[in-house]
Amino acid sequence: KKLSGGLKSAPILKKVSTYCEVCFWKCAGWAHVTTEGQIQKITGNADDPQCNGRLCPRGTGGVGMFSDPDRLKTPLIRITKNGEQTYREASWEEAFDFIAKKMKEIAEKDGPESMALFNHGSSGKYFTQLLNAYGSNNVTAPSFAQCRGPRDTGFELTFGESVSSPEVTDIRDTRCLVLIGSHIGENMHNGQVQEMSEAIDKGATIITVDPRLSTAASKSKYWLPIKPSTDLALLLSWIHVLIYNDLYNKEYVAKYAEGFNELKEHVRSFTPEWAYGITTIKPEVIRNTAREMANAAPATIIHPGRHTSWYGDDVQRSRAIAILNALLGSWGNRGGIFFKEGIKVPDFPHPAYPKPSWSWQDTLNGRYPLAKESITNTIIEASIPAEGNTHPIKGWIVSGTNLIVSIPLKEQLMKAMQSLELLVVVDTMPMEITGYADVVLPECTYLERYDDLRATPHREPTLVLRMPAVEPMYESKPAWWIAKQIGERLGLGAYFNFTDFKEVIDWQLKQLGLSLEEMERIGVKKYARKTPAYILPDSDHKFKTASGKIQLFSKELEEAGFDSMPKFTAHAQPEEGFYRLIYGRAPMHTFSRTANNRNLVALMPENAVWVNPQVAELWGLKKDQYVWLKNQDGVVSNFSVKVRVTERIRWDSVYIVHGFGHHHKPLTYAFGRGVNDTELITDVAIDPIMGGTGMRGNFVTFLKDEPKKEAKL
Amino acid sequence: MRYAMAIDTRKCVGCSDCVVACQTENNVPVGFCRDWVVEVVDGTYPNVSIELRTERCNHCDNSPCVRCCPTGASHFEDGGIVLVDHDKCIGCGACIQACPYDARYSHPDGYVDKCTFCIHRVREGKNPACVSVCPTSCMNFGDLDDPNSKIVNVLKNRKFKSLAPEAGTKPQIFYLV
Repeated sequence: KKLSGGLKSAPILKKVSTYCEVCFWKCAGWAHVTTEGQIQKITGNADDPQCNGRLCPRGTGGVGMFSDPDRLKTPLIRITKNGEQTYREASWEEAFDFIAKKMKEIAEKDGPESMALFNHGSSGKYFTQLLNAYGSNNVTAPSFAQCRGPRDTGFELTFGESVSSPEVTDIRDTRCLVLIGSHIGENMHNGQVQEMSEAIDKGATIITVDPRLSTAASKSKYWLPIKPSTDLALLLSWIHVLIYNDLYNKEYVAKYAEGFNELKEHVRSFTPEWAYGITTIKPEVIRNTAREMANAAPATIIHPGRHTSWYGDDVQRSRAIAILNALLGSWGNRGGIFFKEGIKVPDFPHPAYPKPSWSWQDTLNGRYPLAKESITNTIIEASIPAEGNTHPIKGWIVSGTNLIVSIPLKEQLMKAMQSLELLVVVDTMPMEITGYADVVLPECTYLERYDDLRATPHREPTLVLRMPAVEPMYESKPAWWIAKQIGERLGLGAYFNFTDFKEVIDWQLKQLGLSLEEMERIGVKKYARKTPAYILPDSDHKFKTASGKIQLFSKELEEAGFDSMPKFTAHAQPEEGFYRLIYGRAPMHTFSRTANNRNLVALMPENAVWVNPQVAELWGLKKDQYVWLKNQDGVVSNFSVKVRVTERIRWDSVYIVHGFGHHHKPLTYAFGRGVNDTELITDVAIDPIMGGTGMRGNFVTFLKDEPKKEAKL
Repeated sequence: MRYAMAIDTRKCVGCSDCVVACQTENNVPVGFCRDWVVEVVDGTYPNVSIELRTERCNHCDNSPCVRCCPTGASHFEDGGIVLVDHDKCIGCGACIQACPYDARYSHPDGYVDKCTFCIHRVREGKNPACVSVCPTSCMNFGDLDDPNSKIVNVLKNRKFKSLAPEAGTKPQIFYLV
């Protein structure tokens, strides 16, 4: 009997190992390929501790990246036709010759250091190798200054190391999880979501600080709907309560930390009553939540968050979070923060890289002294010819990052791009950034290529294989091939001494005593840990700071001319009729890259602006009505956005999900749906410590009628 | 044997992975779905709560869809799974009207379609695709007649509810609250 259940496609022929490239979590999975050579579905690899066989909606829907009809199909070269800029299809040969010629010119005229790379994701590595071989280490990514940089810097200053990515938070075994500016469950960082669910099962206390009732807040024992921009006051007050109510872990602090007396003196006046007036969080709630943290300690995590560039004092806020974790004894204890361990994959042999005569540090001109990674914005700034610009950048390669919707300070970005002698964009999709390129190179998706082994250190050391499930569609090619081809044309072929990247993986696996055949079969190789995940009792544990101790008081910050301990600074508040623009994630989308993915858009085709019912009433806004948003500098959103009237948000703020409002027509589905937060972020507070671009200091108001602005789209 | 689902609303984050997994597993055409996520907001700021839950066909014991089907396309399979035989379905839509859960849709190929509890997987001893993919593991699928099953265990130990009990359909999807 014929049943309605079951597959109607051709039967599954094989399962091919991959790891996901929709977000940075890189969950291991299997692409199920049918006898007709189609990818039917992608499922998680049960042996992968990052996903435990369960991909998130974006990973499950990753096949939509492969099957997207709008994919880049051939190389494109910019031409002028009838006075207008447009693109023509080109062969790979032509595109490479064009790029190699320009890169040679730049190297001769300005030096190879004048080429920069903006990258995100697995493909960045090959272009990094290309630039390193060419003679530049001006390699940068928005993931630092626009995202996790403040957090990493704050934690490095305190503990001597960052919390890594994926984060080394031991949520699975925590008894108290504090989320402040982190919405796990809406940010679908798979392992963390799974562990939070496990923690809920085990009865852990969750405390969520958010101006919005996030999904996580709705699952929390305490929701602290804080007045935005005042988080540091709450954190300082928690530190005050832990110290002055004798709730901190004395043994741990005495053994592993230094600067406690200075900290105690510093927070003396930061009482819950003081914080109440700033944060709107009641003193007894501050005390009760501090007590909950202490009761569960050291199995308590004050989550470091991820997108932490908010107000320009973000390293200091992250420092306060780190200090709280230190006072509770979380770092190095079960249910707190564990020590990571990974497998070191040997480098495929290549000649030594030439030493560049200057690098991104030289573009700082004394600013941002504690930036350990390169800052996108200073590279962008260095790309604008100006007097005093002694280290000019002349060409960019952009790989896997849509700078137009990820970088604030649009004017600077536009000016820089107009000044470039060469802009090469490598992507799978015609993102906004491809519209500014001299040459566009179509990369194949992660499902159509080999890539580096995934060997990210975490709780359990693992290796994961990504191999092609199907041949690349259209003319698209893997990034390793693209980098190698450009390299060869620049006389750098020795740095890419392989015909197929498969050879590199095969060689690496052999060095590790494995074989490609075995990895193809298992996908994930798990190893037993060789080092403890937590501080052993009675061990003389040394932290990775200069003194080996946790820095409650930071000499390093003091010497660089910054506050040695975090202070609260009042930030600008919205004027009447304006609301703070807060933005975040939805679980079915990633960055701005999934808004055109047909497998995901049905779940959320556009974003909506969250408005408190009292605000809606004041403005006469109705559910599902479309409005334009205008910010404090008069910038109006390109498109209108649906109103969502909800009790889940404060009345001084509005919220939108990031990644919508695409204005590039070749994204045929995503075009014109929703609004893009970055176009409304024109007031950017830069963190003087490491150059993070604080983006939460922008305010918007509603335009109910079609704004009469010139449509340039 | 009686297949059922117990879904933990305390754990569900509403990510809709169940929806995507169902679509890729069962070739559900883009723009349609056999399962979906509902968010219910209660209260006023700042005393607000939300319930997130994934919904689908309830595979009711007393199924209005099976009763009203003029051709016998809607029928029960082993374990009480309600299915539509696409070859017998004439696409009249009576079942769509009769279902209090709005669980059925007209497939562009001319028949009515809905959740099958992934019967093709269940017969291989696997969980339905939605259950197997859920990152929060909030969904429990199993046999209510098996006293050792996890689903029986959670229903014994947790408070639960079902949807539209007033319809008298005896639904087999339970929500742990």
